[in-house]
Amino acid sequence: MIEFRQVSKQFPDGTLAVDDFSLVIPSRKTTVFVGSSGCGKTTILRMINRMIDRTSGSIEIDGEDIVGLDKVKLRRRIGYVMQNSGLLPHRKVIDNVATVPLLNGVPKKQAHARALELLDTVGLDRSLANRYPSQLSGGQQQRVGVARGLAADPNILLMDEPFGAVDPLVRAELQQELIRLQRELDKTVVFVTHDIDEAFLLGDQVVILQKGGVIVQKGSPTEILSAPANDFVADFIGATKGKRALHIDRRDGREVVLDSEGRAAGVLVDGPTGGSKDAPA
Amino acid sequence: MNLLIEAFAWIFDPAHQSGPNGIPIRLVQHLTISLVVLVISSVIAIPLGYLIGHTGRGRSLAVSLTGGFRALPTLGLLIILALWLGIGVEAPVIALVVLAVPPILAGAYSGFEAIDRRTIDSARAVGMTEWQIVRKVEIPLGLPLLIGGLRSGTLQIIATATLADYVGAGGLGRFIFVGLKSNDYPQMLAGSVLVIALALLSEGIFAIIQKLVVPRGVVANQNTDVRTPSSRRVAVVGSPTEERK
Repeated sequence: MIEFRQVSKQFPDGTLAVDDFSLVIPSRKTTVFVGSSGCGKTTILRMINRMIDRTSGSIEIDGEDIVGLDKVKLRRRIGYVMQNSGLLPHRKVIDNVATVPLLNGVPKKQAHARALELLDTVGLDRSLANRYPSQLSGGQQQRVGVARGLAADPNILLMDEPFGAVDPLVRAELQQELIRLQRELDKTVVFVTHDIDEAFLLGDQVVILQKGGVIVQKGSPTEILSAPANDFVADFIGATKGKRALHIDRRDGREVVLDSEGRAAGVLVDGPTGGSKDAPA
Repeated sequence: MNLLIEAFAWIFDPAHQSGPNGIPIRLVQHLTISLVVLVISSVIAIPLGYLIGHTGRGRSLAVSLTGGFRALPTLGLLIILALWLGIGVEAPVIALVVLAVPPILAGAYSGFEAIDRRTIDSARAVGMTEWQIVRKVEIPLGLPLLIGGLRSGTLQIIATATLADYVGAGGLGRFIFVGLKSNDYPQMLAGSVLVIALALLSEGIFAIIQKLVVPRGVVANQNTDVRTPSSRRVAVVGSPTEERK
């Protein structure tokens, strides 16, 4: 569990990026911060591994204030995946994946064996292990980035717009892959995006932010969609327009679901017995 | 043209192939001075350049300071130092170090600065210490530009080390100064030709080293794109944002 208590961050130039931010991020769930650029979502994420130090307030991981922890040690036990993969261009894929275990003093042979397993985990062929990052496609690089983030088997995985720079098809594929990984690995994932569709797809808890890290609404995707807190949220999630504003039309005895433009979005059938994934148990 | 032939004749004259004033001895002196200067300049400039490049601090100070030093006329500096330190090798070595530090310093810090900030940010985010970032990320990726700095520094040292003999330190400059005094133009020209040959040789060696030190991952996958307009090597590249097959 990660807990923010009245956290503020003021940069040296006076910008108040995050103002009095409090939130509990539950363990083994995916929490997504979503908001327009400049809303402080990346700042909040980077305060968790102390890439940015908060100005006031406290951040605790499992009840332990991170201010008392060594920055380097803290970062090594938190996975970090960034937008451009951030791989070291002069190192082979396998060495990139094994970076953190090698820094932690794991013998090279063991670290490499583990790195190969991780390539399997993220759906990459082992034959890519000896390539350099520049020889991979953007999507493949991003998978390597995820493998590197998982290498030290961290409990927490921070992801800063990890799929922002790949094309929509590859992004959809990577999103599905992350959902699969999360089912298998059960990490506490903190994910930052400006794409509300991505947030609803991946998040157990979605946190919609406004400038200064102000929480406009937080909850499960269903909760937010069914009861947007205000016009800003309704507008942001597109509840009143486009493909999310659906209505039912009866045609030839079947119920057809149409979007606001009148295009068919699907047909109504009997729901699965389990209900949606974030329905109250 | 005639003079040039006479100069080459002077170089290949057996009388100048040995002895205390022969070409080999002067060559060794010239190389020794150059090497000593290169080592001292590197010891000063590389750590300082790395410090500036890593922290991003003191850059403008270093640039203006070394730029100012670079503007000093080496001959004038040499004479002042010689008046103070006396005849010998110390004055030219110091004067040449002042000349060689700026390009090496610039190569060291610009090598660090040219690295994609996101690469360094992610190295820090996965838990590298500052020292590990310098050693495992910045030094290898900055090496091509550092070697470039050493290359231009060495070229200047070799060319300017001819002045060393002005204060009696020997080297290939001896032939030029002796020729000048005795109106022996073939000998003067021979001295120049030898210095030029040495400079070209060092250029060649550094060109090879520069190619070898470009990290493999950085050159990998290059030259496959025929649309690339320039054949020059890119010292550091960021991750492509587009898909590549």
